[in-house]
Amino acid sequence: MNYNDLSSFAQTWGLLYFVLMFAVAVAYALWPSNKDIFKSAASLPLEEDGELTDDR
Amino acid sequence: MSSMQSRRVGGPDFSVVSVGLFSTLLAFITLFIASRALDPGMAFHAGLMTGAFVLGVIALVFWYSGLHGKEAFDPTRYDDGIVKAGVFASMFWGIAGLLVGVIIALQLTYPNLFYFDQYGFTNFGRLRPLHTSAVIFAFGGNVLLSSSFYVVQRTCRTRLAGGAWPWFVFWGYQLFIVVAATGYLMGITQSKEYAEPEWYADLWLTIVWVAYLFVFLGTLWKRKEPHIYVANWFYLSFIVTIAMLHIVNNLTIPISIFSSKSYIAMAGVQDALTQWWYGHNAVGFFLTTGFLAIMYYFIPKRVNRPVYSYRLSIVHFWSLIFIYIWAGPHHLHYTALPQWAQTLGMTFSLMLWMPSWGGMINGLMTLSGAWDKLRTDPVIRMMVLSLAFYGMSTFEGPLMSVRAVNSLSHYTEWGIGHVHSGALGWVGFISFGALYCMTQYVWKRERLYSNSLVEWHFWAATLGIVLYITSMWVAGIMEGLMWRSYNEFGFLEYSFVETVEAKHIAYIIRSLGGVLYLGGAIVMAYNLWRTARGDTRISELNDAERAALNNPEKSATDAAAQPAE
Repeated sequence: MNYNDLSSFAQTWGLLYFVLMFAVAVAYALWPSNKDIFKSAASLPLEEDGELTDDR
Repeated sequence: MSSMQSRRVGGPDFSVVSVGLFSTLLAFITLFIASRALDPGMAFHAGLMTGAFVLGVIALVFWYSGLHGKEAFDPTRYDDGIVKAGVFASMFWGIAGLLVGVIIALQLTYPNLFYFDQYGFTNFGRLRPLHTSAVIFAFGGNVLLSSSFYVVQRTCRTRLAGGAWPWFVFWGYQLFIVVAATGYLMGITQSKEYAEPEWYADLWLTIVWVAYLFVFLGTLWKRKEPHIYVANWFYLSFIVTIAMLHIVNNLTIPISIFSSKSYIAMAGVQDALTQWWYGHNAVGFFLTTGFLAIMYYFIPKRVNRPVYSYRLSIVHFWSLIFIYIWAGPHHLHYTALPQWAQTLGMTFSLMLWMPSWGGMINGLMTLSGAWDKLRTDPVIRMMVLSLAFYGMSTFEGPLMSVRAVNSLSHYTEWGIGHVHSGALGWVGFISFGALYCMTQYVWKRERLYSNSLVEWHFWAATLGIVLYITSMWVAGIMEGLMWRSYNEFGFLEYSFVETVEAKHIAYIIRSLGGVLYLGGAIVMAYNLWRTARGDTRISELNDAERAALNNPEKSATDAAAQPAE
């Protein structure tokens, strides 16, 4: 494998791979059934307060 | 990871024993190296490390035997002691690093006044990495360590994993800082920007960092919250990526294990590309994602509003980490690096603008419905200004990465100004915000000692940054234009020293900016110290609060609420 093979691989399959990975991340963020999870997660820093109680 | 969790099964705590044995082993190894060291630098550093490990083991034994069977790592309580230690360390290294920054700014301004050729360690070439490492890795690193320990416990609703290992990470990191810093002063360097420490310091940091990763992962593993909060994703990307960058960029071969000198495995443009892949991602994953984690926790917490868009925070996270890792080659425009790689670095830098501003908007809009707090809480104002500087420097950065702009800006003071608008503005202010919050929260104070001292800090630091970046813009663009101007005969118009002379006034203004910023940090340290002690500035209280403070019954309950450390 020489320099040209590597750079053409990176510029085609590498690009495609990252576009797909990114599409998965966006789909996860926008997936309708995740809406409620994210809604409660958005206020996670506000919910905890004070000491950690014994809730094991 | 379960073996790292603290368990009380009759015998001594596993984490205490493992930290003790590991440190003892390292003490012997470093003692062996010290005894055969080939150069004084290695003898000093190996001896220093031996001393540190021996001290650590002694302290661990005394602390653990002093508990007399009390639970060492109570799983029903957060580990706040390490956060408190982190706040102290952050302020100590922050002031030290800023002070060295002011000194080297003055050295550049008045080179004849601050030049002592009989004391090599005072040379600019040795103090400059001391400044950059102290502010980035010592100050920023301790802010990230302590805030990540604070945030991961709260958002997972569980105590830190690993028992004594978080303390190994904390003190191990301080030891790395001391070894790196003393090395620079003695002239020990591998000459890679932001990666100056030599091979043995790098190895030690790798060990500490892997322990840090395990502590963080272990805490996530035993979380009580089903969802992993977005701030933890940002912290995790910071820890994992820094490990990867650090190891690859520091692939060196020591000339002997008894010598402080090593040679980099790569050479030429491959080495340059690796270095700037590392260098720019230190900006991306040390100075950005780690501090974005602070933003995503402390801004909602302080303004008491949920994150504006949690979906945006996820897209923000993944797009930022996907794009940042490719931006490094913009440091190598017009070099031996292939043109397509330069263009790739430039293109990804331009694309970075979007996630950066998406994150900034997400942080700013978290204040919606609570904008009035900008007026009443100077800590919030500090964090919001930090986001404004983040937006500004992440606009400036992509602009400077464009090849045509870079041909003017590269190697000039413009770069220095850009770095400092990001470092002093974004990283500094969000860190100050986190430190004010954490000090108030972990020492369980209702308020800071003084809000008006926060105001003083805010305005001194803001004025300092404005003086710094405007003077560097002027100096940078001026010298960039001077370097490229030709006379009618085709010769360069200016000699190099003329371009240096022209910057003198800008250097004076920059030093003044640095003094103001340092002054603000000293005011902050005093404020935090008084807050930790439990003092309140009486003149800032209203009548009702003053009455409550004078009520002995109330004071008694307050005293009971503060557990003895």
